Amino acid sequence: MEKSKKWKISKNTLMKILTSYLYLLPALVFLGVFMIYPLVDVFVYSFEEGYNSAAQSFFGVGTYNYSYVLRDEYFIQALKNTIILVVITVPVSTGLGLLIALALNSIKALRDLFQTVFFLPYVTNTLAVGLVFMILFKKTPYSEGMVNMLIGLFGGNSVDFIDGPYWAKMFVLCFYTIWIVLPFKILILTSALASVNQNYYNAAKVDGTRKGRIFLRITLPMISPMLFYLIITGFIGAFKAYSDSVALFGTNLNAAGMNTIVGYVYDMLYGNSGGYPSYASAAAIILFAVVLTITCINLIVSRKYVHYK
Amino acid sequence: MENYSKIKTKANFRHNLGKTLTYMLLGIWGIIVLFPFYWMILSSLKSYAAYNGEYVPKFYTLSPTLRNYIDAFTTVNLAKYLLNTVIFTVATTALMVLVITLAAFAFARLEFPGRDLIFTLFLALMMIPTELVVITNFVTITNLDLRNTFLGLILPSVTSVFYIYLLKENFAQIPNELYLAAKVDGTKDIKYLFKVMIPICRPTMVTVIILKVIECWNLFVWPRLITDDPAYFLVSNGIQEIRENGFGRENIPAMMAAVVVISLPLIILFLCFRKKVMEGVSRGGTKG
Repeated sequence: MEKSKKWKISKNTLMKILTSYLYLLPALVFLGVFMIYPLVDVFVYSFEEGYNSAAQSFFGVGTYNYSYVLRDEYFIQALKNTIILVVITVPVSTGLGLLIALALNSIKALRDLFQTVFFLPYVTNTLAVGLVFMILFKKTPYSEGMVNMLIGLFGGNSVDFIDGPYWAKMFVLCFYTIWIVLPFKILILTSALASVNQNYYNAAKVDGTRKGRIFLRITLPMISPMLFYLIITGFIGAFKAYSDSVALFGTNLNAAGMNTIVGYVYDMLYGNSGGYPSYASAAAIILFAVVLTITCINLIVSRKYVHYK
Repeated sequence: MENYSKIKTKANFRHNLGKTLTYMLLGIWGIIVLFPFYWMILSSLKSYAAYNGEYVPKFYTLSPTLRNYIDAFTTVNLAKYLLNTVIFTVATTALMVLVITLAAFAFARLEFPGRDLIFTLFLALMMIPTELVVITNFVTITNLDLRNTFLGLILPSVTSVFYIYLLKENFAQIPNELYLAAKVDGTKDIKYLFKVMIPICRPTMVTVIILKVIECWNLFVWPRLITDDPAYFLVSNGIQEIRENGFGRENIPAMMAAVVVISLPLIILFLCFRKKVMEGVSRGGTKG
């Protein structure tokens, strides 16, 4: 009698567990197929030498894919472009974002309007608006383009920013990237600044503290967690740059000399030179390793400088 | 007394100078942000001949024309790209909301062995960049013969660990008493989820939906890998196709008309739900 009662309860709990997992099932299936399995598989691919995607066969196992990628001049070019992009855009966009957020926080009139306007790039299609930037910066035999007209007004020589010298192309890419990423930074920093306890400022005012000192001793420490969050996500985002470059220079980025690491991965996978998932995997893992290293360095540095409450 | 007024004028001057500089900075960045939008609308209203006749571009047009918009819909398949993107966005968002709601409910409300372990694993997955998994997903979809199908486009983006996390946190805030009361009344779990939890957490659901719609509308990389048949292009790929093969190379006004048509829906969405979008992005947005 007692035994059967116990069995009944456990059957009940079993049903409960099963229905619980039923709720979870769709998420588990999709994550398993499109996240966890690929995560393992990408490492497998990267070590399979001479993989043939048509026959799905390979010759051997080793690190040849990595050494091939690291010696490929297109990869070196992509790596160089990406690093320049990161080194320029992360500090500039964070600094500019902070400056604009400080300005926004110090005004009352028109503040909502400015905030709305500044956020617009976030909701635009990177590819579509990139086309507008291309037209603004491009110089053709028929037209000088907007930006070159401005340069002409100040007495400079016109440059083709889209098909011209390397520095000019890099400038447009950095400019467009900053234009795209700034809304997010302004938004986060404005709300971080607004959430600093006003009492600190009032106390400083009573003491007659100077503005520069208030900024360095109160504002900066108080928003430092958010600032570091933005620097870390900024590094990660900039290392994964791709769409901005395509928007400006077209899909054949190797020919334009403006490819990025992510672009290299996709070109290896599919496109004019595509069909090499092994090389693509090796390049993707190299990228991941670089990003992971930089993020760890960031975290170690942040421990020293960031004030968590 | 004289000294006081001198100091006061000086302080006022400084204050005003600071204000002026602040507004100048904001104004300049405002112009830099708005100018591309102005330029695309302006160019899209210029006629082909007028645009190409200007060696030095003009900042205004005296004879605006809608001809380019007609071209954008007749010469290239812009309507098809828009329709594809709408189908893709609606289907992906709807499926994702269903999948993440069920999962978040299980994590927040139900008790079963392995729950915390699985949730921790889910959180760990948030660190995985899409670039790492896209390679195998491309091979998987190709092997399943799902290239150039909506299914192939949609399937990989119907789950998001981050949104599960966001929703679970919100679900967990609903007091236990409500659930127990519902249980006493004999309410089934699924009914409780749809009749109580989802209505209470509507603000978060709306945030998630808006963020997902923005993401879907602007998606570029995955559709580029998975579709090479223009019949399945989304707007991002469509505009790239238009740039490289549509209209003939130099018809920039028509291209700009297409850009305006593509950009408009999200800008309207943003202006209608300004507060929601900005709040949502500061809670869970990335991009940059």
